[in-house]
Amino acid sequence: MSKMTLKTEGDTHIVVTRRFAAPPEAVYRAHTDPKLIQKWLLGPEGWTMPVCISEAKPGGKFRYEWANGKGHGFYVTGEFLELSPNKRIVHVERMYLPDPTPDNHVDTRFDADGAGTLMTMRMTLPDSETRAAMLATGMERGMEASYVRLEGMI
Amino acid sequence: MEVLDAAFAALADPTRRSILARLAQGEATVMELAAPFEMTQPAISQHLKVLEDAGLIIRRVEGTKRPRRLAEAGIEAMDQWLAMLRKALEKNYDRLDGVLAGMEKHAKGKKR
Repeated sequence: MSKMTLKTEGDTHIVVTRRFAAPPEAVYRAHTDPKLIQKWLLGPEGWTMPVCISEAKPGGKFRYEWANGKGHGFYVTGEFLELSPNKRIVHVERMYLPDPTPDNHVDTRFDADGAGTLMTMRMTLPDSETRAAMLATGMERGMEASYVRLEGMI
Repeated sequence: MEVLDAAFAALADPTRRSILARLAQGEATVMELAAPFEMTQPAISQHLKVLEDAGLIIRRVEGTKRPRRLAEAGIEAMDQWLAMLRKALEKNYDRLDGVLAGMEKHAKGKKR
């Protein structure tokens, strides 16, 4: 039931789905409350998020900073565009590696699914090259994962 | 094993992963590969050498051009890399399952 799916769509989208046992209210809160975000949005083993700022309101900003305790770190900044409490979050974000990556537009929906939640996160990148580069550089953040082979690789 | 180690060492650099991602879309010249990066061509050529030595890319001769493409080992290495990325993402959501379970416990505790 907790199986995650990740697929590319068209030239510029990445769609991730995941089911959770908790209701949409809780999953939404875990995506907007900095104290909760800091507990799970960490990527590979060994990374922590010492800085987590999240102003969950339209026009609000967020900033996540990660560190691996061995002197490596990086951060993401973004802005919230739309928030429908317990239902939907629309935001833009970019990663600093250290140069900023092109803006990633992310639309995350939380739909009731029995007693749980079906989360659907749809990312839109400016072009296919950016998407390919993002899939290939996402390790540090552990978010842009893909099992799906990059188009044209097979 | 040695080959695999060289492949993963080559993939440890974000610029080199981006180069492989670009080559996943098809053959490209050094100039084309350098375009998205604010790097000199010699700097890009150095990255290409590392990728070539690791057996991840292949060089072809076409007049004065030396277009590169992904080698079979490069495709496999990228696949394994992407599988690792997927695992990292799954780990996030597995952790979130734990956070959500803790929130529910807390809420129930309050109601009592």
